Amino acid sequence: MASEQLMAGAGQIGEHAEGMPQLDFANYPNQWFWLVVTLLVLYVVISRIALPRIASVLAERQGAIARDIEQAETLKRQAVEAEEAYKKALADARAEAGRIVAEAKADIQKELDIATEAAEAEIAAKSNESELRIAEIRKGALDSIEAVARDTAGEIVKAIMPVAADQKAIDAAVTAKLKG
Amino acid sequence: MAAEHADSGFNIFPMDQFVIRPLFGNHGMTWYTPTNQALWMGIAIVAVVLLLVIGTRGRALVPSRTQSIAEVFYGFTYKMIEDINGKAGLKYFPVIMTLFTFVVFANILGLLPYSFTVTSQAAVTVFLALAVFLSVTIIGLVKNGPGFLKVFWISSAPLPLRPILAIIEVISYFVRPVSHSIRLMGNMMAGHAVIMVFAGFAGALGIFAVFPVVAIMAVYGLEVIVAFIQAYVFAILTVIYMNDALHPGGH
Repeated sequence: MASEQLMAGAGQIGEHAEGMPQLDFANYPNQWFWLVVTLLVLYVVISRIALPRIASVLAERQGAIARDIEQAETLKRQAVEAEEAYKKALADARAEAGRIVAEAKADIQKELDIATEAAEAEIAAKSNESELRIAEIRKGALDSIEAVARDTAGEIVKAIMPVAADQKAIDAAVTAKLKG
Repeated sequence: MAAEHADSGFNIFPMDQFVIRPLFGNHGMTWYTPTNQALWMGIAIVAVVLLLVIGTRGRALVPSRTQSIAEVFYGFTYKMIEDINGKAGLKYFPVIMTLFTFVVFANILGLLPYSFTVTSQAAVTVFLALAVFLSVTIIGLVKNGPGFLKVFWISSAPLPLRPILAIIEVISYFVRPVSHSIRLMGNMMAGHAVIMVFAGFAGALGIFAVFPVVAIMAVYGLEVIVAFIQAYVFAILTVIYMNDALHPGGH
């Protein structure tokens, strides 16, 4: 039977196919032989060469990407640190500047206070002296007024009524009048 | 028979493309005779080597175009297995990758004019499907012993339903190699046959051949998509079946 099918299969060669050539079981052993050969060759090529190679390439790429990301993160961290250091330096410089300004202000204030005090003392001394002199002058003026009043009164009395020219009584009257 | 076709004015022989012929000479075949099918399997090997081996020989950190495609193949298959089977499935990554690349390249190369579509042959797809079926069954039994039978005993279903579901599961389990193989073969065969039928029309229609030519272009576009999708379906079904062997009862 097998040989009959083989004959039938061989008979079709060169003719046009009728029905389904796929069902020509006579050439199945031939197909299976070449299929097995093909699959074995493919399996060896794929499992021995292709897959390990692609796997290593992919792993290498994965590693390279991971490495690059890690490096980028390190750089980013360094940048952040540098920024923080810069900010800190800036803040320090500001604080230092503030301190120096405050110190200078305090120094100036001190000097100013001393100068103000000295000036005030001098002014006070001068004004005391002036007051004393004013009082003296006032007193002098009052004394002069009394003397003039006495003299004037004596002269007037002498001129009007020479009999009554008693200098002592006149003086007493003038003094009493001035006091009154 | 051939004369009959010639009389009708159409030269439509859509099934001729699926005939296996010896590469050299025109006499009978033995089991080792190099055939047109063997040639195109060899071309598939060359294509896989070109993409996955020659294409990646730069081992570049920033991949070239072919290396990118090879990496996409790798990543796609790897992720498919990892998603469905978990880490345990990665042991079979080279096998699945072999199956997937073989089917993809057989499908795509079959779309070249005058080429031979390896995956349109029942012998090929049945062999592959049976290999997957037997591997899954044997690995499942060796790994899990009688626990492998949990595949048929759906513990998430209500208890009275389980015996009925078990019968259905057993049937569907044994139908798997049939559907697995016929799906791929049927898809590969049908589109190619349709293209040849349209091509036969085109030869007989003179100026109006423009219509079947446009139709061929449309079907061809569809076939390119089908070639990838069916390879993907074949591979993902293999991985899903594998999951039964690795995690029986994990429905």
